[in-house]
Amino acid sequence: MSSVMAKYMTIQKRKFKHGWKVAKQSRICYLFLLPYALLFTLFTVAPVCMSIYYSFTYYNVLEPARFIGLTNYINLILADDVFLISVKNTFLLAAITGPIGYIMSFLFAWFINELPRLLRAIMVLIFYAPTISGQVYMVWALLFSGDSYGYVNAWLMQFGIIDEPVLWLTDVKYMMGVIIIVVLWMSLGNGFLSFVAGLQGIDESQFEAGYVDGIKNRWQELWYITLPNMKPMLLFGAVMAITQSFGVADVTMVLCGFPSTDYAAETVVSHLIDYGQYRFDMGYASAIATVLFVVMILCNKAVHALLRKVGT
Amino acid sequence: MKKNRKKILRKRKPNRSIGGDIGIYILLILFGAFFALPLVYSICTAFKPLDEIYIFPPKFYVKNPTMDNFADLFNIMGQSFVPFSRYIFNSVFMTAAGTLGNVIFCSMGAYVLSKYQFPGNKAFFAMVQTALMFSVYVTQIPNYLIMTKLGWIDTYLSIIVPAFATPMGLFLMKQFMEGIPDALIEAAKIDGAKEGRIFVRIVMPMVKPAWLTLIIFSVIAIWNNRAATFIYSEELKTLPYALQQLILGGVSRAGVGAAVTLFMMIVPITIFLMCEGNVIETMASSGIKD
Repeated sequence: MSSVMAKYMTIQKRKFKHGWKVAKQSRICYLFLLPYALLFTLFTVAPVCMSIYYSFTYYNVLEPARFIGLTNYINLILADDVFLISVKNTFLLAAITGPIGYIMSFLFAWFINELPRLLRAIMVLIFYAPTISGQVYMVWALLFSGDSYGYVNAWLMQFGIIDEPVLWLTDVKYMMGVIIIVVLWMSLGNGFLSFVAGLQGIDESQFEAGYVDGIKNRWQELWYITLPNMKPMLLFGAVMAITQSFGVADVTMVLCGFPSTDYAAETVVSHLIDYGQYRFDMGYASAIATVLFVVMILCNKAVHALLRKVGT
Repeated sequence: MKKNRKKILRKRKPNRSIGGDIGIYILLILFGAFFALPLVYSICTAFKPLDEIYIFPPKFYVKNPTMDNFADLFNIMGQSFVPFSRYIFNSVFMTAAGTLGNVIFCSMGAYVLSKYQFPGNKAFFAMVQTALMFSVYVTQIPNYLIMTKLGWIDTYLSIIVPAFATPMGLFLMKQFMEGIPDALIEAAKIDGAKEGRIFVRIVMPMVKPAWLTLIIFSVIAIWNNRAATFIYSEELKTLPYALQQLILGGVSRAGVGAAVTLFMMIVPITIFLMCEGNVIETMASSGIKD
C-alpha cells in the first residue's frame, strides 16, 4: 500500500516539476506579455468585472451600490417596453449592417487591391474617410433634413418623385432605413483597413503557382488562394463587424434625436446610455450591457464556426 | 501608344477578364462617389461664406470660396485664455505617446501569444477577444474610480496609459503574426538570436503593414478623444475639446464650425496617408513565407 502511495507521490512530484519547468522555460513569454497583461487587467478586465457586479445592484453613482439580486434583469425583460423595441432595432441593424458591411469591407479591399498603387492609396482614403473624421456623419442630418432645405428632399422634389418633403429622420416609417444607410456608409472601418493590409502580405508566388495549376478566373483565385491566406484577418474583421453593428448608438442619437420619435430608433446601446448617463441608474445600464455582452459572445462563436469553412 | 498598351497588358494578371476589370472600376467609382459625398460636402462648407451656408435652396458646392472661416477660426483661437498652441501640444503629445506605447505593448504581447506555447496562452487571448464585446459606455464609471485610486485624474497619464493596452491592438497584431512561419524563428534561434532580437529584427519588420495599420487606428482614437471625463485643468485639455467650445457660439459660428471639422481632420489624414502609403509599398519586400 505504501509503495503505491509513494509511486503516486513521485508521479505527482514529477508532474509538478514538469509544469514548473514549462512555466520556467516560458518565463521570457510571460515577461513579454506582462506589460500588456497588467494594463489590460487594470483598465479593461477590472472595469468589465465591476460593471457586471453593478448589474446586480442599485447604483445611482452618488450613493454606494446596493445589492438587489436579479431585479434589474427581471425588470429589463418583464417591465421595459422600450428595451424590447431597442432589442428589435439592434437585431435588425446587426442582421443587415453586420454581414453586408463585412462583405462590403472585404470586396472593396479586394477590388482596390487590383488597382495601380497611387490609385489604391486614394481609394482606400475615400472609403475609410467616414471613420477617420469621426463626426462627419452629422452631414447626413443635413442631407436627410425633413424640410425642403434637405438635399434629399430637394432632389426628389425636383425630379417630381415626391410632392412634399418627407420627414426622413422623425417619421417612424423611414428612420431605420436612413440609419441603415448611414451605418453601412460607416462600415468600411477597421476591418476594411486590416483587409487592405492583409492582402498586401500574400506571397505573389502563390498566385503564380495558381496560374500554372490552372486557376481560371479571379473568383477561383479568391476562394482557393486569397481567402485561405486571409483567414486571420477575416476573423479580426468579423469581430470588428460584430462590435460595430451591435454597438450602433451615436448615429441614431445624432440623426433621429434622443429620444427618437416613439423610441422608434432606440438601440440597445442608446437605451443603456439613457439609463447610465441621464437617469443615473448605472445598475440597470450595466444589466443591459451584460445582456448585450452575452448575445455578442454567442454571435461571435457562431461566426467563428462559419469562418472555419472558408476555403475548404 | 501601341507600346504602352502592350505594357499595360503585360502587367495584367493572366487570369483576369477585361469585362470584370471594367466592372470593378465602375463599381468603385459609383460607391466611391457615395462614400466621398459627405467628405466633399464638409470641405466645400468650410470654404463657404456665411450667406452661402444659409442659402435657400441649399447648394452643395461652394460658389465663392473664401478663407474667412479659417481667418475667423485663427482669430478666435488667438483670443483664447490658454494659448491654443498649448491645446495642440497636449493633443499631439498624448496621441504620440499613447500610439507608441500601444504599438510596442500590443506587439510584444501578440508575439508570444502567436508564436509560443505556454500555460495560459489560449485563455488570455480568449479574454482579450471577449473584452472587445463589452460596451464602453458602462465601463466609464469603474474606469473613473480606478483612475481616482491611482491618483491619475487630471493628468496626462489618465489618457495615455489606458491607450497602451487596447484589446483591438493585440488582436490585430496577433492575427498578422500568425502568418510568420515558425521555421524562420527556429532558424534564428539556432543561429543564437535571443527572443528580444528575433522580435525586433525579424518579427516586427515582417508585420510592418499590421503595425502601420495599428498606428492609424490608435492615432484616430486618441486624437478624437475629448478627454472631458478625466481632465479638468484648462491647460491640460485637448484640441477637440477646446475647438468644440469655440463652435458652441451659435449661428454666427457655423462657418467656423465647418472650418473646425476640416482642421481636426488634418492630422489623422496626414498620418493615414503616410502609413497607408507604406502599407501598400511593403508588398514587394514581404517575400519570405512558407
